[in-house]
Amino acid sequence: MRIKKYSGLLIALLLLAIPLIAQSNYVYGLFIVVGLYTIIVQGLGILMGYAGQVSFGHAAFFGLGGYTAAILTTRFSWSPLPALLAAVFLPAVIAAVIGRQTLKLRELYLALATLGFGILVSIVFAEGGELTGGPSGISGIPHFQIGSLSFDSDGSFFLLIWLLVVMLMIGIKNLIHSRTGRALCAIRESEYAAENAGIDCSRLKLQAFIFSALLAGMAGGLYAFYVSFISPSPFSFHASVQFVLMAVIGGLGTFWGPLIGAMVVVLLSEVLKEVIPLIIPNAGGEYQIIIYGMILVILMIYQPQGLSSLRNRISLRGLK
Amino acid sequence: MKRMQKESMLKVGLVLMMAVSLIIGGCSSNKGTAANSPSGKESYKIGAVIDVSGNSSSLGIPERDTLLMMAEKINASGGINGHPLELVIMDNKSDETEAVLATKTLVEKGVLSILGASSSGPSMAMLKTAQSEKIPMVSMAAASTIVEPAAERQWVFKTAQSDIVMIHKIMEYLKKNNLTKIAFMYMNNSYGDNGKNAITAAVKDSGISIVAQEKFDAADKDMTPQLTKVKASGAQAVVVWAIPPSASILTKNYKDLGLTIPLIHSHGVGNQSFIDLAQGAADGVILPIGKLTVASQVPENDPQKKILDSYIADYSKKYNTQPNSFGGYAYDALNLVVNAIEKAGADRAKIRDELEKTKGLTGISGVFNMSAQDHNGLKEDSAVMVQIKNGKWQLLN
Repeated sequence: MRIKKYSGLLIALLLLAIPLIAQSNYVYGLFIVVGLYTIIVQGLGILMGYAGQVSFGHAAFFGLGGYTAAILTTRFSWSPLPALLAAVFLPAVIAAVIGRQTLKLRELYLALATLGFGILVSIVFAEGGELTGGPSGISGIPHFQIGSLSFDSDGSFFLLIWLLVVMLMIGIKNLIHSRTGRALCAIRESEYAAENAGIDCSRLKLQAFIFSALLAGMAGGLYAFYVSFISPSPFSFHASVQFVLMAVIGGLGTFWGPLIGAMVVVLLSEVLKEVIPLIIPNAGGEYQIIIYGMILVILMIYQPQGLSSLRNRISLRGLK
Repeated sequence: MKRMQKESMLKVGLVLMMAVSLIIGGCSSNKGTAANSPSGKESYKIGAVIDVSGNSSSLGIPERDTLLMMAEKINASGGINGHPLELVIMDNKSDETEAVLATKTLVEKGVLSILGASSSGPSMAMLKTAQSEKIPMVSMAAASTIVEPAAERQWVFKTAQSDIVMIHKIMEYLKKNNLTKIAFMYMNNSYGDNGKNAITAAVKDSGISIVAQEKFDAADKDMTPQLTKVKASGAQAVVVWAIPPSASILTKNYKDLGLTIPLIHSHGVGNQSFIDLAQGAADGVILPIGKLTVASQVPENDPQKKILDSYIADYSKKYNTQPNSFGGYAYDALNLVVNAIEKAGADRAKIRDELEKTKGLTGISGVFNMSAQDHNGLKEDSAVMVQIKNGKWQLLN
């Protein structure tokens, strides 16, 4: 029982201790990527896990955020902070506009509509001419900075990202235990029952959709500042699937799910990169992809509730 | 009550997490000092970030094979100044984020220089890390923006000819044959886009005008509509910037429509699969290309002749297949770096300086003459014009 009580704390400390010990830009880089994905998957987790809506278009919001930040800083010489705010705001507005229509759709149809939206946006990125730099993308995006505080090193950017992740997680924790959160849970259990209990389902679903787009946009803006170059390719349909995968692997509708999902998906591929050449010498990336896919399939078969439910199972068994 | 307790514990945990992360920030300010230390006397480490899998794997695989072959050869002949060469190859899966992470891994592993990536997107994404970590990077991709503007790319070099070199070669050909009105067609991706930008800049004040400009998607199965417009435009030649399979489909459509004006492709079709996929329609196609493809026809007095022949002999002996220009880019990248290390020793900054001072280094893609402004170092003499005749490459004079 004690272990269970502290497990969240333990995981959190363990997590941040790794970069602390390593002090390496590679580990910082890795955790920055994990952090960025966590931000997106947190939003997607609310949308999928609580509001019960599947989106295959979140790479588009991710990209919209990235391109907004990139275009505003390079083409219109905005400073990074307002550009990041715009990168958060614009995807949210677009989500509000399209969400009003598409969220009337349910399940598969909604997934298809968001999929279409994602493809549409990636075409816009590639065809945007001078503005988006076309398929060659935009380079020379400045470092992120707030006033005189510049986040130009991996270490400082790592702190920025994880500060945001932690704030976000506290926010979501509070949200889930608020009236809105309980209403969202009710929608997840049964939309009809929730409707009968006086919950405005479509409004809440729209809000969840906007919230998730906003987070994806924020991650996109931060991504642009971190890599300093963007092109349409990281925002393809493949990325959308990757985000859904992270949300599902971690566990839908759970507090730790998004963090675990993003971490497992990113770290697994990095670990395989190191481990596979040891087992099979001269193996190329193809082997990594195959084994990576197999591990994910096995995870889904034996742990369909996501990895964060594994913790409950282990500790419950320990109790009995 | 219990639940509240657990919740508050969680909150405490999160706050602690924040505190810890702030502490790391304090410590991390003096990072990066250890990364500069050389890899020790016993071996020189060189890293490579290559698109071995994913979309650009057709580029990455010959590059990887070439590097492995060369490393073996260098070590068999005593290494670099007696130090064995240790090659660390990472696969970026043709993905930009992966390329950034792979670059950081290599920096941590203490490599002296990084080769890669194979394609332009990942190379562009790797730039920032190379610049901020102060590690020399030699890209094998084409886009000229990888090494320009030179003032922001002190640590970045590349071995593939920029599009502008190939465009100049085509312009020379057009002028020689008095073709002043051309149609330009390009595929809608970063390759085609760069070609378009380069040719738009090159035709200015050249007396050559683009009378029609059409684009198509990499996945398009029929370019007849675009070609019909080109046919009606009165162009005297068509310049196409694309790679197979769409380049091959276009060539087939071109013949089907009965177009007889010269069809000039880019170096992107410089492989056998272009000819095979065009199913006989490729005959007559003219293109600029590196000398590797027509090595056997290159005159004996060409400075590259010897190195081309030995690379082809070594590669085909080891892998039972002919090398292509992508492998050549990798050959040159490693060659440049090894050459610089021989002079500079295990010091990243000195290696960079030596790379920039490279003069008259003969490689597969041409003779490299780097300068502070030119981190590619290849000129028009690195390419030749060829024509396809009976499914074979024929050197044009």
